[in-house]
Amino acid sequence: MANIYDMPGIDNAWCPGCGDHSILHIIKTALSELGISQDNLCMVSGIGQAAKLPQYMKASYFNGLHGRALPTATAIKAANTELTVIAESGDGDMYGEGGNHFMAAIRRNPDITNIVHNNMIYGLTKGQASPTSGVGMKSNIQVDGVFEQPFNPLAVAIALNATFVARAFSGDMEQTKEIVKQAILHKGYALVDILQPCVSFNKINTAAWFKENTYYIENHNPADRNAAFALATREGKLGLGIYYKYDGRAVFEEQLEANKEDKTPLYKRDGDRQAKLENLINAYV
Amino acid sequence: MPKVYKDDVSVVLCGEAGAGVQTVENVVSKIFKTAGFSLFTSKEYMSRIRGGSNSTQIRVSSSPKNCYCDRIDVCIPLDKDALKHLYGRITNDTTIIADKEAVGETEKHIIDVPFSKYAKEIGGAIYSNIIASGVILGLFKVDFAHLEKVIRDSFSKKGDEIVNANIRAGKKGYEIAEMILKDVQIEVARDEKTCEKMLLSGADAIGLGALAGGCDFISSYPMTPGTGVFAFMAKSQKEFGVAVEQAEDEIAAINMSVGAGYAGARSMVSTSGGGFALMCEGVSLAAMTETPVVIHIAQRPGPATGLPTRTEQADLDLALYAGHGEFPRAIFAPGNPSDCFYMTGKAFDIADKYQTPVFILSDQYITDSLFTCPSFKVPEPQIKNIVKTSPDYVRYKITPNGVSPRGVPGYGSGVACADSDEHDETGRITESENMRVLMHEKRLKKYDLILNEAEEPELHGASDYENLVVCWGSTVEVLKEALALLNYGRTAVLYFKQVFPLPRSTRDYLQRAKKIIFVENNANGQFETLVRSVTGFKSSGHIHKYDGLPFSADKAAEELRKIL
Repeated sequence: MANIYDMPGIDNAWCPGCGDHSILHIIKTALSELGISQDNLCMVSGIGQAAKLPQYMKASYFNGLHGRALPTATAIKAANTELTVIAESGDGDMYGEGGNHFMAAIRRNPDITNIVHNNMIYGLTKGQASPTSGVGMKSNIQVDGVFEQPFNPLAVAIALNATFVARAFSGDMEQTKEIVKQAILHKGYALVDILQPCVSFNKINTAAWFKENTYYIENHNPADRNAAFALATREGKLGLGIYYKYDGRAVFEEQLEANKEDKTPLYKRDGDRQAKLENLINAYV
Repeated sequence: MPKVYKDDVSVVLCGEAGAGVQTVENVVSKIFKTAGFSLFTSKEYMSRIRGGSNSTQIRVSSSPKNCYCDRIDVCIPLDKDALKHLYGRITNDTTIIADKEAVGETEKHIIDVPFSKYAKEIGGAIYSNIIASGVILGLFKVDFAHLEKVIRDSFSKKGDEIVNANIRAGKKGYEIAEMILKDVQIEVARDEKTCEKMLLSGADAIGLGALAGGCDFISSYPMTPGTGVFAFMAKSQKEFGVAVEQAEDEIAAINMSVGAGYAGARSMVSTSGGGFALMCEGVSLAAMTETPVVIHIAQRPGPATGLPTRTEQADLDLALYAGHGEFPRAIFAPGNPSDCFYMTGKAFDIADKYQTPVFILSDQYITDSLFTCPSFKVPEPQIKNIVKTSPDYVRYKITPNGVSPRGVPGYGSGVACADSDEHDETGRITESENMRVLMHEKRLKKYDLILNEAEEPELHGASDYENLVVCWGSTVEVLKEALALLNYGRTAVLYFKQVFPLPRSTRDYLQRAKKIIFVENNANGQFETLVRSVTGFKSSGHIHKYDGLPFSADKAAEELRKIL
């Protein structure tokens, strides 16, 4: 079905069968089902295969530096609170290179959606370990296998009191789309960690492995942060669904003095500061 | 014979961090200017919160003397280490006012003022700051009413008792001054016109310039001495609607500013060399995505952590070459508060018009010093170079001059796609050799447009010069005074407030000189190297200083005398 976000004639750089294709479809469908208009959306990404996603959509985007999508997205939202802002990239980008920004974004709680394509490997650099790779995974760099503990993004996000934390699987388009829609609708920072296979380089965490090693969260109250943390830190299979959601926290951009009384985008504001500036200058006389 | 100090008096206070040197400077500086004296203050301090030796120079003069000098006329050491710290600058012409009990035995002649005893009599050690302020103001016969007003304004919230005690402390200071004036004569004329001038730091002047330039977004990470501008913007955020965020690190700071710029803000960062080193990839990002951003670097000595609270001009090379790849940029180096104001405003305009990173290079000396300067003229409101997009809008349209109309997300029916990868006109990734060349040339073309608007260097001294002293940034006021001290004919100072791109007139100025001397607050002569690489001119000599302190007018004159 045609979608306003479809970008005709694109030369796609993703491998056939890559989970990125599904995630692109999911995001476009979620956005159009929510009726978010094209001129109100801004996609922000870092670097990597996942970060190429905005290229394949008809929407404004800022494809920035490796690991830096979150500070950029936070600032875009601050400069124009009217935009729907989605920051998306891979696990290496968001959790490795951008780890400090991941924590800071959760603390700031800007009203942005953070979609992380988590394939537990570095694809664009051809198969090195990512922060979420399992212990023992071998590569041309980790020649004897990974020995570091994998990063647990959900547990970290819940520990830092992120206001929306979810995990999905690219193989389940319907559930993932519903989660992404809720994440976009959520007012505040929303993390959606999407598990996806890397067909070219990750021979361990394959589509079959994900099916085998995931389960749908049931009988869980997303308002219960302790229960959410317990779920996120449980050993074994990975739970899919919304872990935690809290609606009571103020968002970053609305707490900035610049946006407290005036919510129009910064570029639209009257730049006439002459009288005020003259007063301020006179205070030095 | 009483010592006589005329027209230009250098008062230096020195004590450990936290002892109140800063408080005294804050109390007296505005009062001097209000009373019609020209004032310049410069501080040197250690990177610690307590202990050590910090000093402040307060230059009181009949006409502006806007720079640091080594000479100390009146020295007020607050402890033993302070006297040691200033020892090399104290001569037989220096009058030392000190509490003998605090500074201990010394062969120097000291006018003994038992500050701590007097302070205790009034109510505690805390009053010694106001006593010292009273002494300094009293020496210049400044009307006591000025001090009384400042005391009432500052302490009225704390109740009458505190106000009255401080007034007694101030009066005590004046009594002491009167006693000292029996041995010392101070003659500095007042000028009513000084009352119309401003007294402000370079940091505040840059902040005001940013507001005048339309800045509405700043993200930074605190780092001395770049924090002053950041704090100024934070203080102004409510009134001027500036979005202010302390980032988690400098990498986030620059990426935020670039993000805000992409969304249509006029954004900036303020930092110092080490922090800026972390921002370099972001500078390249701004250039590639053609996003305006203003970067203020307040220089301090490196490498690495270096001397955190000292001054140097050694990050020109860093600003010049920061960011991988080739792209246009502009670098301003204001040398006094007026230029801090006007050049910062211009930096925002250039960044906005040419969609590229623009730098302001200051340093610890200029950001922390207070200057007396003519009031700033507020420029016309900024023109916003942002277009409303149509469905066929492309962000990186190839145009004859290289500047593409700048659309932002959410404004118009088109989309604004920015990319850090090489891209085509629509902003999509490309690896086409042809497109790469077109895009690279389009960006580089903007260099000529920036050069066309380059700020001309300023010539001070003889227009028919044979000797030309070349400087950039904060050394200008020092060299102007050194030139006056030298009193040589056919000698001039050429001051660059824009160091890149070098104004086209540079060659003409150099051509007319027989002798070219570069003076720089660094060891390698970074500006000299730049000028030589652009113009081919070699210097006849240079003076470099890299001990963490600014040049002083008297020492600079001495050095110039040797070399000219």
